[in-house]
Amino acid sequence: MRDIRLLDRMFIPGTLIGPFTQANPGLGGVCTFVGEVRSDTGVEALELTHYEPLTLPGMHDLADRAFGRFTLMGLLMVHRVGLMRPGEPIVCVSAAALHRRDAIDAVDFCMDHLKSAAWFWKRERRDGQWHWIEPREQDHSDLARWQA
Amino acid sequence: MRVATIVLLGKLADLADAPSLAVPLPLSQPLGWEGLKAALPPALAEAVDDPRVRVAINGALLANKAAMQANAGDEIALLPPVSGG
Repeated sequence: MRDIRLLDRMFIPGTLIGPFTQANPGLGGVCTFVGEVRSDTGVEALELTHYEPLTLPGMHDLADRAFGRFTLMGLLMVHRVGLMRPGEPIVCVSAAALHRRDAIDAVDFCMDHLKSAAWFWKRERRDGQWHWIEPREQDHSDLARWQA
Repeated sequence: MRVATIVLLGKLADLADAPSLAVPLPLSQPLGWEGLKAALPPALAEAVDDPRVRVAINGALLANKAAMQANAGDEIALLPPVSGG
């Protein structure tokens, strides 16, 4: 079961996980990661922009690579775009597999790629001013883990 | 008039004060990279020369933006590096 989505409004990850788990009967394990907008000091809002012709196709390509690399039964990958407030969910990745290692590693793999290589641009509003978020060195080293 | 649409992502949109621009095409020939930059506001033209800025035409990423060729009606996306975590 494969479910890859971009959402432009608030979602509740818990409402996705139950049906996703049910849709993969016989699984041995399911691993789920939910990322939320951090309540960093002074951050009032986070805005994610995307480019329609590239962003969702890029997520599908990432899902293809996850299925190629790990033995998976199902993969759920949901990412927000638009305006979010601290505490709101921004991403949810869940993988179902016969064995836990495939599920856990597939989620880790997808998250590292979503964070550093997917077509999203983020800016945050602090004290009424918008600031673009630049790439970080950490993102590149996170990606390099999978290049062996 | 023959035009192409330029879509500006991330902070490139701030440099143009707009999320997209329409640029006229040269008469009877495609628009190349140098021609594109000449049609942009100076601060934006300088920013897109950053080797990390990628170009997609009609949703297809180019391996080498300097060799780009756009025609009337094309959508040219200028993509700065994506934000990290």
